[in-house]
Amino acid sequence: MDHFLYFFTFQDSSIAFIVIGITLLGIGSAYVGTFSFLDKKALLGDAISHAVLPGICLGFLLAGEKNPIYIVGGAFVSGAIATFLSSWLKENTKLSEDTIIASILSIFFGFGIVLLTVIQKTGNPEMAGLNQFIFGNAIGILEEDLWIYGGLAVLIILTLTIFMKEFSLLVFNAEFGKAIGYPMKSIRLLFNVLMILSVIIGIQAIGVVLMAALLITPGAAARFWTDKLSVLLVLAGIFAVISGIAGTYISYVIPQMPTGPWVVVSLSLLALISFLFAPKRGMVYRYFARKNYLRKTQNEHILKSIFKATEEGKSGLTIEEIYQLYPEQKKQSLKSIKNLNKDHYLIVNQNFISLTNSGLTEAKRVVRLHRLWESYLNEYMNIAPDHVHESAEKLEHLLTPELEALLESRLNYPKLDPHQENIPRDHD
Amino acid sequence: MISFDQNAFLIIVTASLIAISCGLLGVFMMLRKMAMTGDAISHAVLPGIVIGFFVSGSQRGLEVIIGAGLLGILATLMIDWLRKKAKVQLDASIGITFTLLFAIGIILINIFAYKVDLDQECVLYGEIAYLPIDLWITGSGMSMGPRITWLAVLNLLLVLGFIRLLFKELTLTSFDENFGLALGIPAGAINLSLMSMVSYTTVSSFEAVGAILVVALLVVPPAIAFLWTKELIPLMKLTVLLALLISVLGYYLAFWLDSSIAGMMVTVAGVIFLVSAVLKSKKSKFSFGTQEKEKSFTH
Repeated sequence: MDHFLYFFTFQDSSIAFIVIGITLLGIGSAYVGTFSFLDKKALLGDAISHAVLPGICLGFLLAGEKNPIYIVGGAFVSGAIATFLSSWLKENTKLSEDTIIASILSIFFGFGIVLLTVIQKTGNPEMAGLNQFIFGNAIGILEEDLWIYGGLAVLIILTLTIFMKEFSLLVFNAEFGKAIGYPMKSIRLLFNVLMILSVIIGIQAIGVVLMAALLITPGAAARFWTDKLSVLLVLAGIFAVISGIAGTYISYVIPQMPTGPWVVVSLSLLALISFLFAPKRGMVYRYFARKNYLRKTQNEHILKSIFKATEEGKSGLTIEEIYQLYPEQKKQSLKSIKNLNKDHYLIVNQNFISLTNSGLTEAKRVVRLHRLWESYLNEYMNIAPDHVHESAEKLEHLLTPELEALLESRLNYPKLDPHQENIPRDHD
Repeated sequence: MISFDQNAFLIIVTASLIAISCGLLGVFMMLRKMAMTGDAISHAVLPGIVIGFFVSGSQRGLEVIIGAGLLGILATLMIDWLRKKAKVQLDASIGITFTLLFAIGIILINIFAYKVDLDQECVLYGEIAYLPIDLWITGSGMSMGPRITWLAVLNLLLVLGFIRLLFKELTLTSFDENFGLALGIPAGAINLSLMSMVSYTTVSSFEAVGAILVVALLVVPPAIAFLWTKELIPLMKLTVLLALLISVLGYYLAFWLDSSIAGMMVTVAGVIFLVSAVLKSKKSKFSFGTQEKEKSFTH
């Protein structure tokens, strides 16, 4: 708890500094990552993040120390080569995209490992700092380095915000952008540059192996909460910042713990929460929505079949007759009957079931929608009367009162459907 | 400088065995467009390896193999679950799965650091160079030679057996899953068994070449071969040849530069890959791309 208070009250100015740095890095990477996620190129980020390793090592070899300028420069060059190679290979060979990405990723990483072992053998005491790039160590970032990485993050965030429209075009409909005269090739180039830069700043905190998570997971998680691009970007940024700070805090408390894995675990936790509990898209919501819909369909089918029995002159149906109509769904039918009885739509007299007044209204509504839709398909779509039933079976549960009114007026309040059956209305 | 002694021979043989096992499985992964899933699995087995280590107390335990196998299958199922049930797009499902599992693995290594003789570097690039001193000693105290070489032999035998046994099924489901299903081949089960073989191969090889570089051996030799041929049998033969070639060249270059052998094998493979890609590109843009354009004008 002492650690917690000490860390989060920012008594130590270097902690405050690092938290600000992590916040910027997280937002920058998540921002770019969300665009590449929407572009369905999320794994290219993974390839780039593995591919910067040889560049970092070469920068280190050239400078002879952990000089951020050399390291950023080297990382940028090797990231750029990897990006160029993957698009060149995609255009000019018959290899599939995933093979290309996996090849580029592992070849560059392998070469990086060669350089890393060569540096290790030179016995340079600064070597220890290089391992940080593999799993990330936010606490280990020096203040003067933070200025450079933070500055790059700000640059990325500003560029993306200023050219938001252009980048949206790129990820949503590049062809359209080209057609209305945007220089899509330059925009793609600029985006790739930003992507490489965001990888370079991101690996400070999270390391090359896990960088993909910082690019992919915030966007994927935020996508479950919203359809609006601006909200999506803000949410992704927030997710990245929360996990970035959580990871930094843990490697502050337990010094030998690398930051990266904890950032990834907290990000994944946020993602899991989103996948499960987000409204509308979350699995829990979808599960209950589906269950509700199924129950509604069951209920409406029971009401409909009793109504059809009354059309034939009976006053209702016995439970056995309903079972015979839906032989596969005895249990559900019984449950529906109980529910409908509780809602006062049905009267259950021993085994004989008939409609109440409100039940009759509801049953008429369903049958009316069914037959209106059949008439509509027949009249406006010229579909033969014997082909319209299937579609109406589905639409009778979905048509809203507004659509019903529209259908009625379009069809001019018809009396009969294409099968010459009466279309029931409340006042008859 | 360049020597050919018993150690060099053992290392090259072991590296070749591992590269061949990976390459043969990789051919099928590539044909199924699952190269990135292979990448994901090789990252994802890490927590299984660490837990297996922890439970058995040594890296020789069967628990390690079982743990990694289970995690490999878990990764495949998790990708599937995210894609189909949670409706996350495929590339993101792969990215989320492998980063999470790998992160858990690294955390476990740090938590169990005092109990498990396994460090981050070993996971990254293995150490095939120490292979000749890591011997398999039988109960009676007789030395049977390097342990990892035996593991690689067993691995290759199992991979060969697996491919031979399921050759028809693997081929059919790789090219046309629906046709396979129509013939009554359980495509899902075949897929899972292929993934299990990939996870097992990853574990069996990770001590030698590291979990991440296994990906390179899975993906790159088949990709090079695919640039030269499209037929399955030549594809597999070429992959085997490439595996041998990169093992020999990789070893001697690494020896010469005093660097990681596994990393050098991948680098050699990368060079061959790029040269092949330039030679076999649809139109060799670098040399006569512009000339052809001019020709079409004069026609």
